Amino acid sequence: MDPECARLLPALCDVLADPRQPVADDTCLEKLLDWFKAVTEAGSSLLLLQDHPCLVELLFHVLKPQDLSSRILSFVLRLAGIFAAQENCFQYLQFSPWKAEPDSLGSFILHFQQGELLPGLFGEPGPLGAAAWAAPSVRSGWIQGLHSLAQHPSALRFLADSGAVDTIFSLQGDPSLFVASAAGQLLVRVLDLALCGPAEGHISLQAWDWPACARKIVCHLEDCLRSEATPRVTQALHVLTTAFGHCHGLWTQGLWVQLSPLVARLLEKDPVPAPHALVDLLLSVARSSMLSSDPGLWETAAQTLSRLSPTQAGPLAAGILKLQDCPQALRIQAFGVLLQPLAFVLEATAQAPGMPGLLEGAAGDLMAVDTLPPSKSACVGLLCSALAHLELLQPLVGVARPASALAAGLAAGTDAPTPPQPQRPSPWPQAPLLAAVVAILRLCNGSAAPNSEAGGRLCAMLGGCVRVQRAALDFLGVLSQGLGPQELVTQVFAILLEYLVSPDSSPTVLKKAFQATLCWLLSSAAPPGCCDLEPYAQLVLGELLSVLRKRLCSPCWEVRDSGLEFLTQMTRHQGGQAGFRQALLASEVPELTRQLLQDPESYVRASAVAAVGQLSSWGLLAAPSSPEHAATPQKTPLEELLLVLTTDSEGFPRRAVMRVFTEWLRDGYADVAEDPERFVARVLQAASGDLDWEVRVQGLELALAFLEQLLGPCGPSAVAPPGALAQALQALCRVQLFEFAFRSLFDCDRPVAQKSCDLLLFLRAKAIPSSNSQEAGDGPDVTSVEAALRRWQAGEQGQPLGELAPEAVLAVLRSMDLEALQDTLAESSDHVERSPQSLLQDMLATVGVLGDNEADCY
Amino acid sequence: MKLYCLSGHPTLPCNVLKFKSTTIMLDCGLDMTSTLNFLPLPLVQSPRLSNLPGWSLKDGNAFLDKELKECSGHVFVDSVPEFCLPETELIDLSTVDVILISNYHCMMALPYITEHTGFTGTVYATEPTVQIGRLLMEELVNFIERVPKAQSASLWKNKDIQRLLPSPLKDAVEVSTWRRCYTMQEVNSALSKIQLVGYSQKIELFGAVQVTPLSSGYALGSSNWIIQSHYEKVSYVSGSSLLTTHPQPMDQASLKNSDVLILTGLTQIPTANPDSMVGEFCSNLALTVRNGGNVLVPCYPSGVIYDLLECLYQYIDSAGLSSIPFYFISPVANSSLEFSQIFAEWLCHNKQTKVYLPEPPFPHAELIQTNKLKHYPSIHGDFSNDFRQPCVVFTGHPSLRFGDVVHFMELWGKSSLNTVIFTEPDFSYLEALAPYQPLAMKCIYCPIDTRLNFIQVSKLLKEVQPLHVVCPEQYTQPPPAQSHRMDLMVDCQPPAMSYRRAEVLALPFKRRYEKIEIMPELADSLVPMEIKPGISLATVSAVLHTKDNKHVLQPPPRPTQPTGGKKRKRASDDIPDCKVLKPLLSGSIPVDQFVQTLEKHGFSDIKVEDTAKGHIVLLQEAETLIQIEEDSTHIICDDDEVLRVRLRDLVLKFLQKF
Repeated sequence: MDPECARLLPALCDVLADPRQPVADDTCLEKLLDWFKAVTEAGSSLLLLQDHPCLVELLFHVLKPQDLSSRILSFVLRLAGIFAAQENCFQYLQFSPWKAEPDSLGSFILHFQQGELLPGLFGEPGPLGAAAWAAPSVRSGWIQGLHSLAQHPSALRFLADSGAVDTIFSLQGDPSLFVASAAGQLLVRVLDLALCGPAEGHISLQAWDWPACARKIVCHLEDCLRSEATPRVTQALHVLTTAFGHCHGLWTQGLWVQLSPLVARLLEKDPVPAPHALVDLLLSVARSSMLSSDPGLWETAAQTLSRLSPTQAGPLAAGILKLQDCPQALRIQAFGVLLQPLAFVLEATAQAPGMPGLLEGAAGDLMAVDTLPPSKSACVGLLCSALAHLELLQPLVGVARPASALAAGLAAGTDAPTPPQPQRPSPWPQAPLLAAVVAILRLCNGSAAPNSEAGGRLCAMLGGCVRVQRAALDFLGVLSQGLGPQELVTQVFAILLEYLVSPDSSPTVLKKAFQATLCWLLSSAAPPGCCDLEPYAQLVLGELLSVLRKRLCSPCWEVRDSGLEFLTQMTRHQGGQAGFRQALLASEVPELTRQLLQDPESYVRASAVAAVGQLSSWGLLAAPSSPEHAATPQKTPLEELLLVLTTDSEGFPRRAVMRVFTEWLRDGYADVAEDPERFVARVLQAASGDLDWEVRVQGLELALAFLEQLLGPCGPSAVAPPGALAQALQALCRVQLFEFAFRSLFDCDRPVAQKSCDLLLFLRAKAIPSSNSQEAGDGPDVTSVEAALRRWQAGEQGQPLGELAPEAVLAVLRSMDLEALQDTLAESSDHVERSPQSLLQDMLATVGVLGDNEADCY
Repeated sequence: MKLYCLSGHPTLPCNVLKFKSTTIMLDCGLDMTSTLNFLPLPLVQSPRLSNLPGWSLKDGNAFLDKELKECSGHVFVDSVPEFCLPETELIDLSTVDVILISNYHCMMALPYITEHTGFTGTVYATEPTVQIGRLLMEELVNFIERVPKAQSASLWKNKDIQRLLPSPLKDAVEVSTWRRCYTMQEVNSALSKIQLVGYSQKIELFGAVQVTPLSSGYALGSSNWIIQSHYEKVSYVSGSSLLTTHPQPMDQASLKNSDVLILTGLTQIPTANPDSMVGEFCSNLALTVRNGGNVLVPCYPSGVIYDLLECLYQYIDSAGLSSIPFYFISPVANSSLEFSQIFAEWLCHNKQTKVYLPEPPFPHAELIQTNKLKHYPSIHGDFSNDFRQPCVVFTGHPSLRFGDVVHFMELWGKSSLNTVIFTEPDFSYLEALAPYQPLAMKCIYCPIDTRLNFIQVSKLLKEVQPLHVVCPEQYTQPPPAQSHRMDLMVDCQPPAMSYRRAEVLALPFKRRYEKIEIMPELADSLVPMEIKPGISLATVSAVLHTKDNKHVLQPPPRPTQPTGGKKRKRASDDIPDCKVLKPLLSGSIPVDQFVQTLEKHGFSDIKVEDTAKGHIVLLQEAETLIQIEEDSTHIICDDDEVLRVRLRDLVLKFLQKF
């Protein structure tokens, strides 16, 4: 602990112990606890307490009968737990002889005899029996304190002797969910502590040989599992789930052997109690490496699958399919459970027999009509979850085709690394699945005309249901990786078009329909070599563009936006293909896109910028045909986007322009490649004055791209050849890149400064050999530049840098400690405010203010 | 209670309700779909229409070629358009006491009813309904009268000839009753019979029933009606809407606890969501105009057009259409736009508050100010000077058979750049377009019908819980084109009763109580006797006086003292004889105690038998039976009056008298 904190600590302890000075903000207390935890993890708690007796005083203070707030009480309980986590400190708090010291008024503040502190806090005499116990935060503090403390054999004895275990049992049913859940976790902690000690090797697998404390808990769990009251069963299942999920000791096997028959017996009850908790438990056991070898487990899982309703069994089935090693029969059964709702839909809407069913050959019977959930919301929920589970099963790994990558990106919505994908069940019924999804979509938009009674009910329940439509369209998009029989693919495109055309499709559904259409169009493109769409896809494309044309005129901005996104993606992947180019150029879509650069909604303008960028890089922006523009000379796309960059009042379109420009520069877009220097100069000038920091970061990104073009890509290839370097530096000076970079270095927005720092480091690595970097030499006089930089750093940004010679730049680069700057920038901006010292000061300061106010009253 | 159904059109109803000695007509809608069988009336001589070939029978007989013309395979009557009136034969319409109008679309047949049937009653409607209804009628009369047509075809209506005609003329119903449009004079006379009412105003009809209009949310001044007596309540739900458009929201709560709910005027396009249709309308409008084409919107001069203009007001700037002129052409365009701004109290809350800012409630005022929206009484005059293309024209009539729209169809129909967008759901757009075929112009169907859909109806019915629902037969089954859509019908318990044109329904609903007032002095004389805790009874002898459906109990006249000399005989003649009444009995006879009493009084050999309705006490010795039932006791003995009286008195001991 640093001396300044040590100095502030006594005052803080006084404040905390003073009921007249309530701590208003309990996040402070949380931060304080975090700090103490860090301090005790780094060193000895015992020494800490000996060096700072004020802490012990604070702990003792709580025991005095007084009006302490529940917040402080909870805090002290948790703090005591943190200290007592170390065995010697635990003993110190329990057994060391206390010296009573007089306080400033001469009275003795320590009235308690040795050994009374911990029982006083956690035992009967403490808050447990007091009125404060009514506050959930106190109960929670009590549990968390014990949870921290339960780390060593002494703690176990303490828990056993103090009767805390019984209290924990009762807290499992606490009205506060947080307390109840923490109580369950504490039980697991105690079990683990009792059975995982140094004697673990000797722990018997038979639970009746276990230590008394553990036996007591196991008996309690057995009682709960036998109970007729569902909440008690749920509590026990939660405890077991936590135990098997977090503990990996041998004892978990013993526990499972002991309790699994009771768990299996739950399935005999009707209805099965606590189905969700049961599913969680089974999955937790199945994932545990210690237990998954138990054949009884798979049997129980199989039984559970067949006993629970489709809605309840869905998560279990999905979980089972994600397991690496489980019996094939169970996998098939689980897959059957997930397929059931879709099979039901398929059956209910079948026009004529002959279509292969989804569940043919698979285990499990078709859901009877009466098992269809009676309420609309339950039915919708079941279908949505089945679709979502199935969507996750479609393997995404190992398929390098753009469609699948795109589908993954669209489905995930982010670039986050995807978790390991489950194996796809085999055989994968692609064709019936496609048929089922198409049937669902037809039911939703009212175009299905089922003959059966069940079909009629489905029709009434799913009509216009946006949730199901979205889920089905997502899944349909994912299914595009597998293709299917031509007849079905035609149906897929037909229903997608219906959704795109229908004025009743809600904006979110429309967006999903666009995404799914994109996936299917791309997967229908013939192999990359032969470059064109299949004939029917070409037909679809024609209709699609006419829909798109109308959608781009929609009064709803979300619709215009998703239309533009679709166009951008489609062009990105198909911009080079003759069929697509022909269809697009024949439509009015490019012209409409250009007009949308003036849309009143900034998101739409941003999407229009991206679309215009993509269209014009493929040469697809034709001259306008509309008469109103015929008179004025047409601007080039580059000029139009520059206009957006310099005049648009919103950040999104300007950011989009910068992204397009960077892409254009990297890809050598014709208008840019003509005179890249002029282009970069104009863009940097616009970007450097932009108020939006993301635009400035994008400006630096563009500058980096320019640098790479001049000096070669970033990498270990080190220094550029001197001739090229000199030329490049000249060019960089001409476009005023350095002025922009140096200015950004002291930007008030940290990401901009960081980016600039990276850029200059890259430049330095390219321009100055590392051996040479310290060499000052007789460089040009850079004092004026450095002076300007210092002024910028001080916040006087108005000053221009003036003309910069390449040599001066190099000299400045040499003299700057960019690495140190990078380290400083890497620290989060609140690192000063987050220090413990600042925390203590803040807490004292708020109290100080309170004191002032009090004085004012006189 | 009976319901006479004079119109089969579900959204243009005309029903007559006989309830408690009153005869109430609920709406009088005019079915104008009949005009689709006629050729359009062009404002400007149209060579195409006048050169259409006459129609001849298959055998070449061309005697009808003056009356019927053929266009693209369809046959049209070349005559002044005629309308299909509500049934006039089902009930004597001169007996109708009042007509309740629910909205301006449902009063278009009013002149036919009030002027030609001997009707002498009153019509009730809200002020906006009357004013806008007048505009609609004025427009209709104007459209038809300004294109005088010499010819009036009637030959084709002959039943034997009609059979030979092609569909749909062959299947047209009751063509003999079709009538030409009324005149402005008839309109004025009809409208003069209207009495204005406000929402929630209670109107007494002859003391028998009370009628009350409630806001229905569908159009300016549109109402549903409650017709109630002291113990019965009938709700009449006509065009209603739960969407937030311009009118005051619908009052649903007041419809609760109805004995009968008559449900008409639901959306005609249950599968089209009005919001999506407005979106579709805007997109297509923008697409056409951007390509240099013109947009034609056939519409009524009031109603949805206000909402469309408001949507366009928000949309045109964003779509870059600010330079495109919008024209609204109707003989009543100016009045309609101005009327809409002055009915503030009939508007939704949002628009009402604008008035206090002060701002016009509808933004079309601003469109007019900025010259983006211009309105003209007709295509003649100023309009031809200002006309600029591309443009958007709103004009009537939605049937495309008369009005300025005919001119624009002829003018723009040949170019595929132009678009006609149908927003009114009343007419099939394909039938409306038939006499203009072949047509190069694009046609978009965006029906905007804000009236209740079936989901809203089932929620409404669940909430207001009427005992019985009555509705047109079209609502009791899914639409013929979508027979599997069981969700597209009225679903309620007990199932709704359906009606069709020219049907008389006896409503399954019995009147059981009538409210009677007791005069204070009579009430004063009553002596109630408590027969059960909380229940007291008293006998009343009084004279029931009934006048104007009000019933009053008055004290009976005192027995006239014989006055000597001149007797005023006439006065006492009217007074009914007041006999001294026997006391009334109440209570039940406990059989065991009764038997004990009998025994005490010397009867022996008593047997008691239980029967389905009570008991029989058998006095074998006396050969006497006493039947004790819930509401009667009989003593059957063999002509022994003394015994009977003894037994009777014993029975009476157990009963209370008053």
